[in-house]
Amino acid sequence: MTQLLLFNVTNGLIIGAFYVLMALGLSLILNLSNVINFAHGGFLVLGGYIAYTITPYVGFWGALLLAPPLTAVIGILVERTLIRPLYGRDPLYSLLLTFGLAFILEDGTRFLWGAQGKPVTVPAVLSQPLSYDYFFITGYRLFMVAMVVVSVALLFVLLRYTRLGIRIRAGTLDLEMVAAMGINVRVLRSLNFGVGIFLAGLSGVLAAGQLGLEPTMGTGLLMPSFIAIIVGGVGSLLGTLLGGLLIGVASGLTAVFFPSASEAIMYVLMAIVLLIRPRGLLGEEGMMT
Amino acid sequence: MNQRLLSSLRLPAIWALLLLAPYWMTPLGGYTALGTRVLVLALGAMSVNFLLGFTGVLSFGHAAYFGLGAYGAGFALKFLAPSTPLSILCGMLLGGVAGAVLGSLIVRRRGVYFAMVTIAFGQVFYYIAFQWSSVTGGDDGLRGFSRQPLDFGLFTIDILSNANAFYYFVLACFALAVGVMGFVLGSPFGRTMIAIRENERRARFLGIPIELHIWIAFTLSCFFMAYAGSLYAMVNNFADPRGLHYSQSGDFVMMAVMGGMRRFWGPLLGAAVFVVLQDYLSSITVNWMSFVGFLFVFVVLFFPRGLLGVLRQRREA
Repeated sequence: MTQLLLFNVTNGLIIGAFYVLMALGLSLILNLSNVINFAHGGFLVLGGYIAYTITPYVGFWGALLLAPPLTAVIGILVERTLIRPLYGRDPLYSLLLTFGLAFILEDGTRFLWGAQGKPVTVPAVLSQPLSYDYFFITGYRLFMVAMVVVSVALLFVLLRYTRLGIRIRAGTLDLEMVAAMGINVRVLRSLNFGVGIFLAGLSGVLAAGQLGLEPTMGTGLLMPSFIAIIVGGVGSLLGTLLGGLLIGVASGLTAVFFPSASEAIMYVLMAIVLLIRPRGLLGEEGMMT
Repeated sequence: MNQRLLSSLRLPAIWALLLLAPYWMTPLGGYTALGTRVLVLALGAMSVNFLLGFTGVLSFGHAAYFGLGAYGAGFALKFLAPSTPLSILCGMLLGGVAGAVLGSLIVRRRGVYFAMVTIAFGQVFYYIAFQWSSVTGGDDGLRGFSRQPLDFGLFTIDILSNANAFYYFVLACFALAVGVMGFVLGSPFGRTMIAIRENERRARFLGIPIELHIWIAFTLSCFFMAYAGSLYAMVNNFADPRGLHYSQSGDFVMMAVMGGMRRFWGPLLGAAVFVVLQDYLSSITVNWMSFVGFLFVFVVLFFPRGLLGVLRQRREA
């Protein structure tokens, strides 16, 4: 029983880490540009497939290094051509556009790589179990968690100490003021979008090693990221981090006792948070309205 | 032609087109069942637009209430009594009450956050329908019921096998809902909704309880939506979990925007174009999803005011 419990909590944490990586990207874009990026799941899948395609040439490590920036470049191109014209308008339009984009990306990956799932092999170093008592702690899982921790740490360093990061945070609070200081807001938004999509691409590469690849896998990961943002509090990246881990562990624990409710528990959690603390766990007062 | 004559002819023209649809659709290559689907989905899109176009609040999870209506109607037909009107009433109640309860959690949010919370809550019902397969039929949907002939005591109308009779039944239901919707929008309450859309802060200064109004509008819209959903269950004779999914919500919002949100009849036009296009595309290509996606992108970038909005601009220019 202890082992089962431990297994599911570990599992929940790993899944939660995934959600965090994806939700942080979504959150960045939402906070600065007020765009709900429905296509985030599509970019995740794209990142995974790009890694799959370049692995034969550059190996697993090369793909891990190259696929996220490549995805980010595609993301920036999309932002510049399609999303930029919509910034001044009702958020409804960017929502609909990214919604359509999600369709195009899913159908596009299916067209290019086929509807059949693709298995992804990870290096032997990472795939063996580390302990025979706790068979579920494979090297790859630890590696994934380590990757998430490192990238989240890097993201927070970027936001806190670099000029770009400081501008992004300032823009989240008052974009007009940032523009008035002579900072090019268009470039800022593009770069910020790129960072968000980079995270999506990275989650895609990591997810591919664990789950394999399928054109539809992005949609399933999108909703938990939404919930992570809402639970954590819109406007707070730390909240998103907390929210993602929380719903991951909650759904992992529920899977022990009541497997078919492991998805539903996230929504229950969200309803409770909204009822007790409408702005989310770490949300600023007034950010939600 | 002068302006006033044109606008006074508009309403009779729309109803004449709808009343005669079974007669002009078939020669044009359509079929009556397609018209029935357009009517039901248009009603759904109009319910979304009731909130989006007239209160300025974007719900992206309205499919949940549509689907709940369908499941409610299905359960009533399957387990309660073989009566079409009763099942529609049950479906409407199930979706409407769920909307009223969740609405109270949602109404304090605005803008994109409102959209996000509505999507997330909408998905709850999708997962319930999907996972609880012993009751809901899971992925296959709720089956094992069919719409029943209307029994008026003296005579019965066979809406089960006669496609035209069913079309007129749905049209009558549609007319009823649209009439109520028009009445609400024309009432002082409806005017207040528009005032909130135009300037929420000013409306608040006037002493209007904004949250209460939005909650009522949301709940009403959920009732309309669930009503449309229960009609949809009658159309298909089964309830589909995909009818609860947020991608269905996206379709409804798209219909409203494509036809022209802020215009009362816009969603009807949008639904007609959308349904016919989807029907046609899925018959000629497996990649219809991309086409729908491109349609979204295209409409957002080039026709944000919808078809009716463009027509009006043309006329004013």
